[in-house]
Amino acid sequence: MIGLERKSSERYLPDQGREACGLFGVMNTSGKRFPGNIAISAIKNIKVRGNGLGGGFAVYGIYPDYKDYYALHIMFENKKRDVKTTVEKYLTENFNVAYDEQIPTNPQVSLFHPPLVWRYFVTPEKKGDERNFSDDEFVVDKVMHINTSIDDAYVFSSGKNMGVFKGVGFPDEIADYFLLDKLYEGYIWTVHSRFPTNTPGWWGGAHPFSILDWTVVHNGEISSYGTNRRFLEMYGYYCTLFTDTEVMAYAVDFLMRRQGLPIEVVSKIFAPPMWDAIDQMREKEKHLNTTLRMVYGPLLLNGPFTVIVARHNEMFGITDRIRLRPITAGAKDDLVYLSSEEAAIRSVAPDLDFAWTPHGGNPVVVRMNSTDHLLSMDNSI
Amino acid sequence: MAGLALKAGLRDIFLEGSRHVSELGGYATISGSEAWIDALNLRHKELNDLLREVASQGARDITVRNVFGQRYIGTRLTTVPGSDVNLKIYGTAGNDLGAFLNGQRLTVYGNAQDGVGNTMNDGEIVVHGKAGDVAAMSMRGGKIFIRNNVGYRTAIHMKQYNDKVPVLVIGGTAQDFFGEYMAGGIVILLGLALSRDKNHNASYIGTGMHGGVIFVRGNIEKSQLGKDVGIYETDDRDLEIIRQYSGEFAQRFDLNTEDILQGHFRKILPLSKRPYGSIYAY
Amino acid sequence: MYSYLLPEFAIERKTERCIKCRVCERQCPLGGHKYDPDLDAMFSCEEVCVGCQRCAVFCPTGALCVRPHPSQYKLNFSWTREKLQDLKKQAETGGVILAGSGNDKPYKVYWDHLVLNASQVTNPSIDPLREPMELKTFLGKKPDSLEIDLSEEGFEIKSELNPNKMIELPVAFSAMSYGAISYQAFLSLAMAAREVGTLFNTGEGGLPLEMREKYGGNAVVQCASGRFGVDSEYFNCASIVEIKIGQGAKPGIGGHLPGEKVSFNVARNRMIPEGSDALSPAPQHDIYSIEDLSMLIYALKEVTNYTKPISVKIAAVNHVAAIASGIVRAGADIIAIDGIRGGTGSAPKIIRDNIGIPLELALAAVDKRLRDEGIRNKCSVIAAGGFRCSGDVLKAIALGADAVYIGTSALVAMGCTLCQKCYTGKCAWGVCTQDPYLAKRLNPEIASAKLVNMLRSWEHEIKEMLGGMGINAIESIRGNRDHLRGVGLEGWELDVLGVKGAGE
Repeated sequence: MIGLERKSSERYLPDQGREACGLFGVMNTSGKRFPGNIAISAIKNIKVRGNGLGGGFAVYGIYPDYKDYYALHIMFENKKRDVKTTVEKYLTENFNVAYDEQIPTNPQVSLFHPPLVWRYFVTPEKKGDERNFSDDEFVVDKVMHINTSIDDAYVFSSGKNMGVFKGVGFPDEIADYFLLDKLYEGYIWTVHSRFPTNTPGWWGGAHPFSILDWTVVHNGEISSYGTNRRFLEMYGYYCTLFTDTEVMAYAVDFLMRRQGLPIEVVSKIFAPPMWDAIDQMREKEKHLNTTLRMVYGPLLLNGPFTVIVARHNEMFGITDRIRLRPITAGAKDDLVYLSSEEAAIRSVAPDLDFAWTPHGGNPVVVRMNSTDHLLSMDNSI
Repeated sequence: MAGLALKAGLRDIFLEGSRHVSELGGYATISGSEAWIDALNLRHKELNDLLREVASQGARDITVRNVFGQRYIGTRLTTVPGSDVNLKIYGTAGNDLGAFLNGQRLTVYGNAQDGVGNTMNDGEIVVHGKAGDVAAMSMRGGKIFIRNNVGYRTAIHMKQYNDKVPVLVIGGTAQDFFGEYMAGGIVILLGLALSRDKNHNASYIGTGMHGGVIFVRGNIEKSQLGKDVGIYETDDRDLEIIRQYSGEFAQRFDLNTEDILQGHFRKILPLSKRPYGSIYAY
Repeated sequence: MYSYLLPEFAIERKTERCIKCRVCERQCPLGGHKYDPDLDAMFSCEEVCVGCQRCAVFCPTGALCVRPHPSQYKLNFSWTREKLQDLKKQAETGGVILAGSGNDKPYKVYWDHLVLNASQVTNPSIDPLREPMELKTFLGKKPDSLEIDLSEEGFEIKSELNPNKMIELPVAFSAMSYGAISYQAFLSLAMAAREVGTLFNTGEGGLPLEMREKYGGNAVVQCASGRFGVDSEYFNCASIVEIKIGQGAKPGIGGHLPGEKVSFNVARNRMIPEGSDALSPAPQHDIYSIEDLSMLIYALKEVTNYTKPISVKIAAVNHVAAIASGIVRAGADIIAIDGIRGGTGSAPKIIRDNIGIPLELALAAVDKRLRDEGIRNKCSVIAAGGFRCSGDVLKAIALGADAVYIGTSALVAMGCTLCQKCYTGKCAWGVCTQDPYLAKRLNPEIASAKLVNMLRSWEHEIKEMLGGMGINAIESIRGNRDHLRGVGLEGWELDVLGVKGAGE
């Protein structure tokens, strides 16, 4: 993949990906871990929303034995030994690698051009000025380096006690390939079935996209991509994959991790109320929304989208402000579901306590040990 | 990917892995004019192939169980000559339920998703639950009754022609862009579960509306209306229409018509038949 | 009428030739000519003249000359007369300036920078007058391979095939709805398509009931954002169903057929009340993304019981190659790509003249992309937008098109003179009007014969050109860019077109 810094003009940047998709996410709000069969069967139900050119999962809570280490899932696209050596040299220069291994795969499943995928459990070894950075910033910087500067290598995920598994194929095939239903238990599973029109057949192009423990699965096409991308570049986020989902992942990291804004505010940046609606608001609210639009206008995500974003202890789903893409939420006891179609939820949880579709731009926020998600039932159907 | 000779190729997402209808006999039972289908694990086209097959064999009352999102239920029946079919659907009906429907009657015991009655021409759809976005889009004839709420852009570009006047009755409330671009037909929004102090959910109601009528029971602020419509009190003729279709609605869901008629109804009409008549320079 | 505009055309009447027969007065629907009985003289009203030349052609004594008005503003290459006049119209009305027909701005016409090959010495050319030349074309999805069994009766195909439509020559009529054009013009297209064995396209105006049985086999019926005249019978009477996403003349926007054009019959076909505005929204509201398109494609396959190829028509825009790939993957059997010079009955001029990309570049990019992905045979590609002659057609096929749609050429064959005032509904030639007095100027018997003549001459010319290349079947030139060379193009343009420069 080609990083911006090596190109003299934007003319030579690859196209933004245009794609659409099926999404599903499930979280246990009391933190109990569960196997992958729920997410796998649910996404299978909405198979026709993807086209078999991309599927992937993000799972939280899968590495309890290494929960204090950053778990780097790294893909070597053409399985080149020298690339792996380069990456490992870079890792040992910057990290203490506690343990590494190939991510186990099922040899019975044949997929399109599978890469070698390896995982490394690491802690940062900062030198000199790097000590001024937080661990997270340090990891982001190193991940960006691998993604932009080492050809053929690409970091699937880099958070602690979580991981992303993705590739070319329908998601159920990816799950079979990585033995997800057999080897892993997590308390959040998000999954994506991709319908790409760009980079068909590239494993790195599948969702979820991830930075640290943030993961994003996304359906839609962001018409404001160029504006969003060039704004984030000012803050050191270089989009190497040229899909709008990557922009979304960085925007979330920028606003929520770096700037510490809660999703309830971030949602008003991504999907702000119309000026008509702002005009009707009470003064304080009006001031907040007006200021957010004024300051963060370049991060308004225009065009149709639904995303499910997760990090430890939190998962949220949100659509664009005029809901051009679908989302349905469901809840049963401790489990909360988000999906492109209600049928996918019903297929794994026929007797839900609640099923609802929130208002456009209104996030469904699922938090550990809370019932915050039910707040989005206001104005829902 | 540069230089890679391998190609991912194309996988037909709907047809790949679909079995031929001759292999699906185990999913259906026919007895005279009745048929039963178990849709569990049936793919979209498989279920519709089977529906066409049993209808072609003369089934007129068909019950489908275990529906989990299969699309276009009822659509293919329009290609079976004289298929005057009653379809009962148990589960969650998939997108485009009854798209292009032409006289058949579908009843869903459960929720429906997006695109209920898309470009429907005739027939009836009853949903014992809610419906997703763009219900009754471009509908031109027949009736749709939704017991609970509906999503965005309901009744968008609904139209009418001569004796073809589509009717949509919604028991609950609706989300934004309700009746957008509406060119004809009758839409009744009952708000039965709406508490007295709460407004209907939708904003931008009737944007671009240039025909037809929306009757609303329950509170609506002026600010919720699109710029092309006005809200008015009902007259006797309106009440007659409301009474008739509320009655039909109540009968479908075993409710009391008089309870429904207790509420205060108003009507939303386009301010102009030609909302875009003057935006051009010739 | 505008207060401060210069007339666009000057009407010059040679009084010594004028016999005051008043033909011009009757022929002009705009009131451009008036007879004053008191003075026994003919007068012209230049401010209404659109330069359609109907009066000049019909003047029996050749007394009329209509030409660009000599009065002009100070010459200015930036602030042209057109820009000034449009500003003045907007100042007076606050309206969006409308235009008809296709983009008339001087964007590069790549057809004029591509040349075709011919055989010399190493390979004999073929004489199409004596030897068979084949132009039959199949539109639809082809399988990667065939499963063939040998039985006692010989070979037998086991594979299930997708529906394909065969046409006799790779030129079909583009979507022009009854409503945008007159019934007579619409019928003429259908008659000619049937006669020649090709297709006409109903656009979004429905297909009149009385035409279905006879012309359905040659009809492409559209399912567009307004869903006018659409029902299951409409789809099933046709040979191809086309989802209209966009149009080259107005990518990204919908259309408004004003109520005055919705006559009794137009209303009947669209199934809307007479005199009501027919508003086609910008998007199809059940399609907000590629997987939604897939949903509609399969809804149409369901409603036609999987018996018809489903086409998706898009305007050529940025990323068209990626979009086309998605459309094929969404299940379309045919993709129609309409370029920036595609025509229209009515579009905001700012859209017509500024949005979209040239067809040639889009077509080349799409063909390449689908081949790179190994899915080119999974769909047919129809190119549309500004085909003026058979040379353009053959160049498009060599770039990779399976067939082309022609709109403006067909209208010109029927009488259109590209005055670009289609949106007024007052077409003096009877093409783009619903006024019965004007529409009956077009006799379908005569107009369809003209269309047939035009297609036959193109057919013959294509055969001549193919023969010259030593090719006797159209499939051998399809995507055969070896037979194209560029002249006067820059490196990036040759790269996008995938052709060598002349002499290379």
